[in-house]
Amino acid sequence: MSTETVKAAAHRVCETTGLSIFLKAQFFVKINAVLAVIFLLVGGIAALLLALTRWSNVMLLNDIWYYRMITLHGVNMLVFWIIFFEMAILYFASTTLLNTKMFSKKLAHVSLALMVAGAVVTNYIILKGQADVMLTSYPPLEAHPLFYLGIILFAVGALLVAFNFFATLYIAKKNKTYEGSMPLVTFGAATAAIIAVVALLHGAAALVPTFFWSMGWMEMMDPGVYRLLWWGLGHHSQQINVAAMVSVWYFVATISTGAKPLNETVCRGAFILYILFINLAAAHHLLVDPGLSSEWKIWNTSYAMYLAVLASMIHGYTVPASMEVAMRRKGYNKGIFGWFAKLPWKDPGFSAVALSAIIFGFIGGITGVTLGTEQINIMAHNTLRIPGHFHATVVGGTTLAFMGLCYYLVPLIFQKDFYMKKLARIQPWLFGGGIVLMSFGMSFAGTYGVPRRTYDSDFGGAILETGFDPIAHIFLGLLGVGGVIAFVGLLLFLVLIVTAVFFGPSIKGQKMPTWQSAREQKMTDDLISIGYEEEGKDYHIKTPGTIVLVLIFLLSFAIYYFANWAALADLWHIR
Amino acid sequence: MSIFHPKGNWYRPPTGAERLWVGLALAWCLVMSITMPWWHFQGKQNAPQTTYEVDPSAFIQRVNQFVETNRVGEINNVPIVEPEPGGDAYLLGQMWQWYPVLKLKKNQTYRIHVSSADLQHGLSILPINMNIHVLPGYDYVMEITPTTAGEFSLICNEFCGIGHHRMTGKIIVEET
Ligand code: HEM
Ligand SMILES: [Cu+2]
Ligand SMILES: [Cu+2]
Repeated sequence: MSTETVKAAAHRVCETTGLSIFLKAQFFVKINAVLAVIFLLVGGIAALLLALTRWSNVMLLNDIWYYRMITLHGVNMLVFWIIFFEMAILYFASTTLLNTKMFSKKLAHVSLALMVAGAVVTNYIILKGQADVMLTSYPPLEAHPLFYLGIILFAVGALLVAFNFFATLYIAKKNKTYEGSMPLVTFGAATAAIIAVVALLHGAAALVPTFFWSMGWMEMMDPGVYRLLWWGLGHHSQQINVAAMVSVWYFVATISTGAKPLNETVCRGAFILYILFINLAAAHHLLVDPGLSSEWKIWNTSYAMYLAVLASMIHGYTVPASMEVAMRRKGYNKGIFGWFAKLPWKDPGFSAVALSAIIFGFIGGITGVTLGTEQINIMAHNTLRIPGHFHATVVGGTTLAFMGLCYYLVPLIFQKDFYMKKLARIQPWLFGGGIVLMSFGMSFAGTYGVPRRTYDSDFGGAILETGFDPIAHIFLGLLGVGGVIAFVGLLLFLVLIVTAVFFGPSIKGQKMPTWQSAREQKMTDDLISIGYEEEGKDYHIKTPGTIVLVLIFLLSFAIYYFANWAALADLWHIR
Repeated sequence: MSIFHPKGNWYRPPTGAERLWVGLALAWCLVMSITMPWWHFQGKQNAPQTTYEVDPSAFIQRVNQFVETNRVGEINNVPIVEPEPGGDAYLLGQMWQWYPVLKLKKNQTYRIHVSSADLQHGLSILPINMNIHVLPGYDYVMEITPTTAGEFSLICNEFCGIGHHRMTGKIIVEET
């Protein structure tokens, strides 16, 4: 009796998935997710102001506040929102999915304190106006020492969480809390954590000396070397985001449709490609930098990026294909795309993830690889084409996938139900649609050469006048409109989450309320419950729909890629 | 199931459509890996490669000397400078202008040395939209051949302080 109660207090069994949720780890999942969402709000307010400033007919902010907000936005979104959320994923994937308690609660508290302190200090100094240096803080531009210190504290905290994660994997293995290999989602999370360690070490190499310099203890680091090291942080972090996002795709695909990976070898192999081949792809941020040879640039982009691209293209097939198989097994066999129409689109968790995969692949991926080509980068470096690309990867892709996960996190971990479910159903479309419009606006304005990180696209007051084609200004308007729509989607997300988490009806002891019809949910549950038993079966089910989708993708990719080469051929000759 | 640990030995090479896609994707990645070096040898537009280390003050001196010897006029108090076709030219990025205005001839090749006197800058030639990154301490040599004539604007596209969005310059290309 007594051991039973002790155990019962340490974890609970999830009514929906049957997995064990360890209460200490659950606390850290919750707190990191809540903090993430708070910083998403901070970054979101800055986002709205930025969109309304780049919209050249509006130009809401003055120049100082535009530069301050762009720093605030970049840091809160790309660093604090994304990484706090990833910490929640690491705690979840290492404990619940491996059926183990976490390695150390103390360590988790210490890392949390460091991260919160770092985030607060950084935000304070930015808002105080002493760190208008953008996220990248390229020297000789200099910020107040607290800016670097805040980011370093945050990074050390994140590194400790990664350590806690690995130690948890280790004790799970040692205590044999599961048999065989870890689940795919945990494997993906581990990929993210490994890359995170590499990223954070680069970050330390760039930022610690820069912090010392700002204190007057050291000479300034060479600006070219700083860029190389900083992008070792900045680029790798994007690979963390991709690995975490793909893990979320697999997780939501399983839980919303009953899909299971067609071939674990292929899926895991693709994750391993991320780890092996991402190392030096930071080169694609330095393609038109002085001081680096073309051989170095070409080798590092093609060897390191293309095999990581291959990995993403593989996931881009395996995720929808696994859903297609699941849907066909439920009997949705009509034609090539009958299954596609019958996917659980009414489930915002699912539609967020589906949109995430489409936006990430079709817009983010295609533009990213193309702009990251050494020569094509001449037409793109530091233009709005760059934020046009990454708002389709890290926002339309990662952020939207994380939002999708939240539609499961709230009922499964917080054990609360949502209000306003109709609005929840449109939220992913609003956010994703807004981001797509904004990304188009940025990308097309960028093809006219409109620069990023620039307050006034008309260069008013310059000694030598210049300006852009009126069509470029129309695209800046599209940027503005898309940005406002995305902001509304973001705000709606926050309202839905906050009302559910803090005021929502408790669903303790119940199954998660379904977004689908009872019949659909039953079919999904059945697939999930037999899936484990059937490991290694049902490969005879064909996936014609997914094949057509990926072929369309490949064709779009090739067209965009070669169209850019064609445009490049019209430029002045340069070497 | 992606949330449960797979049972037994899950090692299995890809089959069927999955194998086809992995193959296609790999082939596409190879096409892209070959295109880049191919263009490096065959294409006319490549990222400049030549870089020299230079002290910003030394670079400023060279720019000033270049302006003195080749000056042909001025516009809004900025000197217009015409380098020898085939020769060296200098362009200085500083808070907040590109200095001086360069006057070039169409279809002639120039070695334009670009560097910064202070912060990092982004050299952007408009409207043709060509961009390179400029760092203090690095003399970056663009071997450039204008293939169209007219007036081209230079702007800065890397944040360089509060006057960044007023940092401009000009290149004039004459028909030959
Ligand atoms: C409502 C959603 C969002 C809107 C409307 C928005 C809008 C913008 C705008 C207008 C810019 C400025 C572009 C420029 O002038 O150079 C920008 C920059 C940026 N955004 Fe967003 N954004 C959103 C969400 C996000 C999210 C979720 C992330 C990251 C996860 C993100 C990451 C960034 C980054 C890294 C920059 C570049 C900052 C810099 O240049 O230092 N954004 N965004
Ligand atoms: Cu990158
Ligand atoms: Cu600038």
